[in-house]
Amino acid sequence: MSYTTAMLESIKKVEETRARRLHEAHPRLTPQERQELLQAFHPDYIRQSMRELRVGPNKGSRTPNELADLLEARPILAPDFDLSRVDYDVDVLIIGGGGAGSAAALLAQETLAALNSDGRKVLLATKLRHGDANTMMAQGGIQAADKENDSPAIHYLDVLGGGGFHNDPDLVEALVRDAPSVIQWLEGLGCMFDKMPDGTMKTIHGGGTCRKRMHAARDYSGAEIMRTLRDEVRNRQIPVVEFSPAVELLLDDKGQCAGAVLKNLETEEYLVVRAKTTIIATGGSGRLHYQSFPTTNHYGATGDGLVLAYRLGAKLAFMDTMQYHPTGVAFPEQILGLLVTEKVRGLGAQLTNVDGAQFIYPLETRDVVSAAIIRECKERGKGISTPTGQVGVWLDSPMIEILKGEGTIRRELPAMWRQYMRFNIDMTRQPILTYPTLHYQNGGIAIQPDCSTSIPNLFVAGEASGGVHGRNRLMGNSLLDVTVFGRRAGVAAAQRSREVVLGQLTLQHLAAWQRQLKEAGLQPTITAPMILPDYTRHVHRAELANVEGVGAE
Amino acid sequence: MPEGENLVSVYIMGKQYQVPAGLTIQKAMEWAGYKLLRGCGCRGGFCGACGTVYRVAGDYKLKVGLACQTVVVDGMYLAQIPFFPAPKAIYDITKTPPTAASIVRLYPETLRCLQCGTCRKVCPQELDVMEYMAAAMRGDIAKVADLSFDCLMCGLCAVRCPAETVQYNVAILCRRLYGRYIAPRAKHLAARVEEVQAGKFDAELAALKAASKEELQKQYNARQIEPE
Repeated sequence: MSYTTAMLESIKKVEETRARRLHEAHPRLTPQERQELLQAFHPDYIRQSMRELRVGPNKGSRTPNELADLLEARPILAPDFDLSRVDYDVDVLIIGGGGAGSAAALLAQETLAALNSDGRKVLLATKLRHGDANTMMAQGGIQAADKENDSPAIHYLDVLGGGGFHNDPDLVEALVRDAPSVIQWLEGLGCMFDKMPDGTMKTIHGGGTCRKRMHAARDYSGAEIMRTLRDEVRNRQIPVVEFSPAVELLLDDKGQCAGAVLKNLETEEYLVVRAKTTIIATGGSGRLHYQSFPTTNHYGATGDGLVLAYRLGAKLAFMDTMQYHPTGVAFPEQILGLLVTEKVRGLGAQLTNVDGAQFIYPLETRDVVSAAIIRECKERGKGISTPTGQVGVWLDSPMIEILKGEGTIRRELPAMWRQYMRFNIDMTRQPILTYPTLHYQNGGIAIQPDCSTSIPNLFVAGEASGGVHGRNRLMGNSLLDVTVFGRRAGVAAAQRSREVVLGQLTLQHLAAWQRQLKEAGLQPTITAPMILPDYTRHVHRAELANVEGVGAE
Repeated sequence: MPEGENLVSVYIMGKQYQVPAGLTIQKAMEWAGYKLLRGCGCRGGFCGACGTVYRVAGDYKLKVGLACQTVVVDGMYLAQIPFFPAPKAIYDITKTPPTAASIVRLYPETLRCLQCGTCRKVCPQELDVMEYMAAAMRGDIAKVADLSFDCLMCGLCAVRCPAETVQYNVAILCRRLYGRYIAPRAKHLAARVEEVQAGKFDAELAALKAASKEELQKQYNARQIEPE
């Protein structure tokens, strides 16, 4: 579990160059250099990793094969599934219990209360536990332009540039405009942001930012926000049903989204939820392991919401780009792929190759740094190998102690320090090995600034939506995305629910879907949504047959 | 089975399995064929879903760890605690003063704490739970907030507490009270919120929304970067 001899030799070189590197900044790339680097080495540009969708609203658009398989799959339920027994009848159904879902639940409830809508109901349904979401693991921080030398307009520019100028301008405006009030909201709920003694927020840079506007709570920023929102949802006694993922969305006979069918994962029974409005907050899809990359995502991140909305006819945006976080853990193997927050670079740690030399400015945008690390290892052969064949580059964390003072890592990055100490690596004294890991779904279901979609009564918030981040998200804008748009979705859905009159519940769109599959000549063998990835080891029958006493098939 | 693979014996739900050494408890269970439903969340040590209690053959000591981070050892007998009933007080934070009285009103069993230290021994994050419970009883909310900050709310402390306190819920109550009432509010933040509401940035944002890609690219490249 400790570093190998070869790794220790490389670390010596890193230590030798450190003194010089403390005063050196690797030059930033020109826009053209960035583009060339991306096209040559970023996973998004590997043509055979994606294919054109053959059916549905995004027919003809390219998306990773693993997601295409699910978008083109068969439904779990039959079109004539019995919907006569309704188990829950609510005004706002929220699918997903992460940051966006919880923010939506709070604002939906507040909005209904303010509209004097007594007896109106909100229900939050989640696949695993309330709080089991990517939000819980976000480490670095949340962006907001609340310092005097900053403004939402400057934040807007950073978001656009990071996204390749493809972002939806109205969504970006909503994001940056709401940001300061969202931070104030979280502060009022009791989130413990890092602050100076006088209350001034401690803020730092993230990749691609031109102002230090990343707010953090040590390196548990996501956990702090998630715990607080979850606690408040419980305080308001908003009903939450856990271990009950949605397996299909319902329509009514007027084409409005009318709720969902949930599956109790333990009893395997189905529950029908009739809902005037539905909010999808199902998060990302890292557990699909695009191009076999490891992922930072939680266990349930299988893109379920995308599949469900797609079947209803909702369009997806930017589904041909996934974000690979440049610094995923590359060693030890037990924690392979987990997030090493960008904050480590934000605090001053540099990336070096096996010879201890820098090869990229550490705070370029994530796609650029990822491509640079892949180039360094693959083309230039300057990576460091691990016993399991994984390759990586050094992230020189001890620099942080020198630049910011001893004790900085234990104070600012306690989660990370603890994670490595469990495996006998002290990152205050030794650099850590990193390699890009699948991290974030840049795109998703297309939304308006009020989170509505092309399907009446269907709203989406958070990682499951597309357009906010364009083709590449900046650090700290995801926690902002889930809180800004989670709140907006809650408000909009609650307001809309008062006008909705639902007709007869139906799953006939599944019959339409099956016809579309047939017309496209597709005969999918798998069903979707996936719900949970399967990591169990499947013992081959041939293997069993060699064991005495067990007959061959 | 691969030749020469280093295997260890573990007992999952009482059944013995030979699994490759070096696997985490979580991956060992999956290697043995168990598809996890409960007891699996972020797989990265942040969410508290996978609190696991185990013994090692020949040793009476009860040990704990997170299944996603703890590597299996030979002779490990393990059991997960994916759910344990514990009280969660319902409170309106806007009407809850940051005092010992609030803690006792919402979690009266807190005063039964014996300061026995069992919670501190069992915490997979190695937090000084006993110390923060002492602080809670004194009403030192800031100290509870600081000491409990890295709490994953896995619940192992409450499972083992002989006085039946619910340490992790007392802790989050104190953290929220600290964040809302004790930490000074950020004045620049309040000022900025007012500015946004007053429309100070409306014109600039409208101009940016209407700008061409070329114009935006120019402005983006010309950004002044705030120094570290």
